[in-house]
Parts: sequence; structure tokens; C-alpha cells
Amino acid sequence: MATSSAANGTAPSANGKAYPITDHTFDVVIIGAGGAGLRATVGCSQAGLRTACISKVFPTRSHTVAAQGGISASLGNMGPDDWRWHMYDTVKGSDWLGDQDSIEYLVRNAPAAVYELEHWGVPFSRTEEGKIYQRPFGGMTTDFGKGIAQRTCAAADRTGHAILHTLYGQALRNNTEFFIEYFAIDLIMDQEGRCRGVVCIKMDDGTIHRFRANLVILATGGYGRAYFSATSAHTCTGDGNAMALRAGLPLEDMEFVQFHPTGIYGSGCLITEGARGEGGYVTNSEGERFMERYAPSAKDLASRDVVSRAMTIEIREGRGVGKKKDHIFLHLDHLDPKVLHERLPGISESARIFAGVDVTKEPIPVIPTVHYNMGGIPTNYHGEVLTKKNGDPDFIIPGLMALGEAACVSVHGANRLGSNSLIDLVVFGRAAGLRAAELIKPGEKQADLPADSADLALSRLDKFRWAKGGTPTAELRNKMQTTMQSNCAVFRTGEVLEEGSKLIHDVWGGVQDIGVTDRSLVWNSDLIETLEFDNLIIQAVVTMDSAVQRKESRGAHAREDYPNRDDKDWMKHTLAWADDEKRQVTIDSRPVHTYTMTNDISYIEPKARVY
Amino acid sequence: MVEFALPKNSRPTKGKTWPKPASAKNVREFRIYRWNPDDGQNPRIDTYHVDMDDCGPMVLDAIIWIKNKVDPTLTFRRSCREGICGSCAMNIDGANTLACTKDMATIKGAVAIYPLPHMPVVKDLVPDLTRFYAQHASIEPWLKTVSPQPEKEWRQSHEDRVKLDGLYECILCACCSTSCPSYWWNGDRYLGPAVLLQAYRWLIDSRDEATGERLDNLEDPFRLYRCHTIMNCAKTCPKGLNPAKAIAEIKNMMVARQI
Repeated sequence: MATSSAANGTAPSANGKAYPITDHTFDVVIIGAGGAGLRATVGCSQAGLRTACISKVFPTRSHTVAAQGGISASLGNMGPDDWRWHMYDTVKGSDWLGDQDSIEYLVRNAPAAVYELEHWGVPFSRTEEGKIYQRPFGGMTTDFGKGIAQRTCAAADRTGHAILHTLYGQALRNNTEFFIEYFAIDLIMDQEGRCRGVVCIKMDDGTIHRFRANLVILATGGYGRAYFSATSAHTCTGDGNAMALRAGLPLEDMEFVQFHPTGIYGSGCLITEGARGEGGYVTNSEGERFMERYAPSAKDLASRDVVSRAMTIEIREGRGVGKKKDHIFLHLDHLDPKVLHERLPGISESARIFAGVDVTKEPIPVIPTVHYNMGGIPTNYHGEVLTKKNGDPDFIIPGLMALGEAACVSVHGANRLGSNSLIDLVVFGRAAGLRAAELIKPGEKQADLPADSADLALSRLDKFRWAKGGTPTAELRNKMQTTMQSNCAVFRTGEVLEEGSKLIHDVWGGVQDIGVTDRSLVWNSDLIETLEFDNLIIQAVVTMDSAVQRKESRGAHAREDYPNRDDKDWMKHTLAWADDEKRQVTIDSRPVHTYTMTNDISYIEPKARVY
Repeated sequence: MVEFALPKNSRPTKGKTWPKPASAKNVREFRIYRWNPDDGQNPRIDTYHVDMDDCGPMVLDAIIWIKNKVDPTLTFRRSCREGICGSCAMNIDGANTLACTKDMATIKGAVAIYPLPHMPVVKDLVPDLTRFYAQHASIEPWLKTVSPQPEKEWRQSHEDRVKLDGLYECILCACCSTSCPSYWWNGDRYLGPAVLLQAYRWLIDSRDEATGERLDNLEDPFRLYRCHTIMNCAKTCPKGLNPAKAIAEIKNMMVARQI
């Protein structure tokens, strides 16, 4: 372990009580051990950089493990394919809010990234010729929208699990130094605005660890748990996003929250879009395949925002199924049981356990469920974090990168296509490693940390550890989740969002009255859940306030009072800053990159988005 | 070496009985192992009462309900809540399983919950899995090849890919290893069912070219051969896998390479 004496001689104290600090120095510190964090870890290690990977859960427990359907790349194993077609689909899926230079980087590097995973051992399903099997997925087409593409590489319906375990193996192979069950509290920023490290608590003994590094990479995932019903794991609390906000950095496009059409009714567990890719379809109470009305060409394989809206309208108009007529049926019972067994075994098991359904005989009750955050920490396609400063909308924050769901590159724009997130993780995880190798030298000397480097983290930790207020964390969290669920959902109006903004700011104010019961230091999950809640609420507020101000409909942001996309006034990224002390949100914007990375493809002009 | 009787300071005492939820009609009793290293006390068994009309169907739903509404100090790992991350493995109603996929309707009477057996306890239901993870790393869980890498994917026939089914789905929850008496006895030297299943996953992968080296690494009276086909592993696996069969296959490969 890289332990050195305290960088500044004395141990900081908070509220008069000293917390002894263990100091570490690395070239690179990566926070998060999901797909993006592990891929970046492997890249940085291979570049000879002394790399630490910090995670609040054991790496194979990260939420990448729950990704099911697949990873997109134009391999062309099932028929003709072209990265330009993948690019067109992604741009259209993003409702033209994605940055096309970044999208070009993503789709062009996708095939190599998938082959690399295969070479590392991912047990992909196979075609008859022994190539990687690829399935159809929502919004993925051939020839610029003319046909249905089979572009999504799959390991049955456990692709994320297969990839995450493989990446963990590669990290072991490269002798990564893991810090497992360490919870990152706050970033260390210096006077010049450079990120210098991070302060963590080691969960199994409560000790404080300060990591100094030339580069910090946030790969902390999304914040689905800001909502009441989400496919996201309990640990999806967007800790990196919140750390960025508290470091004075903005988050981008936070109003765009993806609802996955097929979460299991009740539990919210995910049923992959691959179920529809393999031939499944949704029906209403009249047994009608209603997607034919909403998306005559792509039908059940329209983009996720489109299908979720269609389902919501069907339920609203009284054609929902079940006793309360409040959900929809997903049919797989017409498919060959052999196909279900080979390609969809995982969701067959989930449907049995969580809905009591035998998929070979009965439909699965499903409902649109919060699934993915398109928004996050703004970055360029090297992973470097951006802010808007002195009129420069692409100002780079030195020493800080962000990846995966925590980042907003932005390749997903206003709506992500299914299977574009796993490829995002590995392509930009790899890019970050390459950039790190350019930016820093192994073992480069690092300046002393600022004298107050641990103050923010320790004051927050101490405040919550001894919090004696009257509202338990679980109660406040429930208020936040129900507010987000009712006031920032699939369809939005100005009135509902304004009300939501007031309600969610009230919850934010309620943090002052929070009460924590567990005062211990060993595995204090009451304290960790409180720190996670504090991370969630600041993102919830930013999400709501970003949604209030965007007066148009684009991708996942569907305003009933502004039903159309408005490219003239709103073809721009939202930027939101939050002041945790004053409880204030500030909104600004930066332009969408209306140019590509190279001259191999020209900018794809906006047009109506019809599936 | 396993101990038949628990040391004095590890014997659970009768713990606190927490109040029943007011006005609840459908109440279920939970008896849960508690231990906090900070307080110097023996472990204890606390009794809780859960309002089943206000709670989901799984054991994880119930312990989250307790943590949210009754006792925020109750400590356990959890993440995906859908049986894929492997965090919430614990001993429920006498068997190791995942709390998130264990339906309470399948349990009779009070629900008894303990941490995974024969592992050091960090706190309450959180076991220390450090050694388990180190054993997993020791089998070198990555693809090893010597042939020049193809530009595209390694080809793998459908039949060869099917050989990985029932193996690659392991979620490293440790339910099987901590249900194995042989692992309880020799956990320091015997790799245990989960890790051996992982080892076989790489041995049988048609793309892997280090079979001999991998077998050499397992050829040891303890690492592999402490499996006595007790089969608790296969019985308890929450994913329906059969580690005992994988271990038998490795033993077969050991024999086959000698003749």
C-alpha cells in the first residue's frame, strides 16, 4: 500500500475531533470499478502509470453487471453494417442533442473495443460460423433508417455480467491496486482549479484515506436512485456527479432521464430490450400491438423514449392491463422455447422470480421505469472534464476526467439507444487511458496538497456522523424519490415541474434536520446511506430545475406544454451548477458540437425524428 | 481448522426485541444476527416484526424495511436487488442464498438470518470475503493465449460456446463455498467450490491455451482434492449452478492427462 506521511504535517480536525488520515500518492486514481472504471484502470496500468482503483463495492458488484441485452458495434457479423449507419442512428436517437464529433469517435472505435473484449475472454454468444452473435435493438438500423440492423453483440442476456467479470480479470492480470469498499467523499481541488485527489472513508474500519494524484477519473455511474422506481441498483447514487457539483463544476443535460419501457411491474427489475429484439412485443388491455400505431416502421423496436411514451399514453387512455389498468404486457410466449433458453435465460428467470410468470406461457407485466441518466459531468471525447469559463464553453478542468454514465460526452444527447451504454464504457474508458498516457509521466513529482485539502470531506462526514435532527435519512430519501417520480416523469408540464421544483428544494432544505442513528465507524451503512442521500438530493434538484427551464420536447424530455423540438432556441446543452451552502441552482448553456471529428462523414443535419 | 464449539466471545446471546409496528395486521417475525466490533459485546440475536402489508415479497425487502423504519443500525450488503451482483448473500432459514431473490412465502415461521457461515464477521450480516477474493485471483481468471491474435474475434463454435453455460453465470456470491464443510475445515488451503467452478470455466474455454499450466496450478492435495462430493454447493447455489460437477470435470482432466 502506498502510505506516506501526511502531506501537510498535521491531521485536520473537524468540530474539534481529529480524524487521523492515511495518505497515498498515485499517478492516477480512478473512482468506480464498473465497466468504464475498470477499462480505464487497465489502460492506465498498461501505460505504466501507478494506478489506484477505488470502489464502494467489490468490482463485480458494480451495476454494469446488470446490463443484459448487449453492446453495439458495427461488426457486420449478421449482414452488411457500417459505422456511418451506427452514427446516424445514434445522432437520431439523441434527437440531435449529441455532439457529433464524440459520436463519430464512439462508433468508429466500437468494433475494435468489442474485439478487444472478446480477446480478453468475454463469452459472447456465437453465430453458426463461430463469430460474435449480434441481435436487433431499438433504433438500430441499416442504410440510414431503411432496414433493421443486427448490431448488438450479446452474451445471451447477461452481457454486462460477462463483460464486467472479464474486465475485473484483466485488472487483476495488470496488477491493479484496488481499494475496495472505500467510499469517496469529496474531491480535492486547488486554488488554480486543478483536481488534485480525493478523500475517502474505508468502510470496514472507518479510517480516512487521502489520495493525491496527477489525474482523478470519475467513473461513478448514474443516479437512478433519485427516483422511487428504477432499474438501477441501490448503489446507483451518482456520487461522482455530486462531488463535481460540490467542487463548483456544472452538470450537463440533467433533465434527460431515460425510462426503460420494460421494468417488471412492482419490483422495477429490468427486462432487456433484447426481448423485443428477439421478437417480443407489447400489448394493451385490448390485446392490441399498439406500437404499430406509434412507430409504423420500427414498431416495438422504436427508440426507448418513444416506446415509453406510447405505453404511458395507452395506460392514461384506459387501455392498461391488470386490476388497476396501470401497466402493459410484454409477450414472449410466441417465441420458440429453445430461443428463450439460449438467448434470454436471465430474463426468463427474473420474470419467474419477480412476476411469477412462465415466459413460455404468459406475458410479463411491465411498466416504463427509470433506467439511465443521459446527463452528467461534461467531457470531451478524451474523457477530460469541461466547464464554461470566461466565455469558453469547452474549458478543460486539469487533472479530472469523467467516464460512463457519470459523464456527458455527449454521445447520448437527449435519449440513449439501447446497447450504446456498454460501448460508451469501453470506448471512452480506453480513450481515457490513452489520454492519461499523453498527459502524465509515471512517477512524476506532485506538489504538496493545499492545506485545507480534507476540510470539505471531513466537515461533511463529521456533520452527518453526529447528525441529531428529527428526520431519518430513509424518510427524506423517500420524499425525494416520490417527488421525482410524480413531478419529473415521462411526460412533463410547466405547472407540474414548477411544483416539483418547490417540493424538491424543500427536501434539500430538510437535510439540515437529518438524523443518523448509527454512530460507529466500522461498516456504518447508516452514515454511508446518508452521504449517498446527500449526493442524490443535489442531483435531484439539478435535474428538476434543468427540466423546468427547457421549454421544448426533445428525446426523453417530453413537455406537454411545448410538444415540439425547437432547434432554433434549444439546440444547446443545459449546464447546471449547485451551491450546497446557499441551496441555489444556477443554469446556463453551452452549444452542441455541430461538427464531426473527421472529414470522413459530414454533420448530420437535424430533421423530424420518426420511427 | 474448524472449531466444533464457538469460542466464548462468539456465542450469540439473546438480543433485543424491537417493538411491533403499530396497527399492522399482517406481522412477520425476524430473528437476525447482530454483532458490532465496537461495543465489545458477544453477538446477539435481535427480534424484529415486519408489517408484511407494507413490504415487498423478498427477504431483502424485509431487512431494508427494518433498516428504514425500525433500526437504521442493522448492517448488510446489497446492491442490484435482482440476483446478479451477488452482494446480499447470507444464511436465511438455514441455507445460504441471496436475500434479494429469496421469497419469504417459501419460509415457514419466524425468519432466521445469519451471516455466511464460517467467515470472519465484519459487522452484523457483513462477512469478510478477502480470502475468498484472493483465492479467485489465484486461478488467474483471464483468457490466456499464445497464438497470434486475430484481427477480429477468436472463432468459437456453437458447441464450444455451450460448454461455458452453467459456468460463466457465477456471480461470486460465495454461497456455495461457505456452505461446504470441507471449505469450513480447510478454507485456508482448499480453493472451494466457487473458485474451482471459475477455474473450470477457463479450463474448458476453447479459446484458452493454458490448460496444462492451469491444471498444474490445481494439482495439489488441498487446492482441488479436498472436494469430497458433499454437494452442498449445488444444493445452495442461488443461480442453479453445479460447482460439484465442475470440480468432478477438473478431476477427470487431471486423470485424463496422465494416461
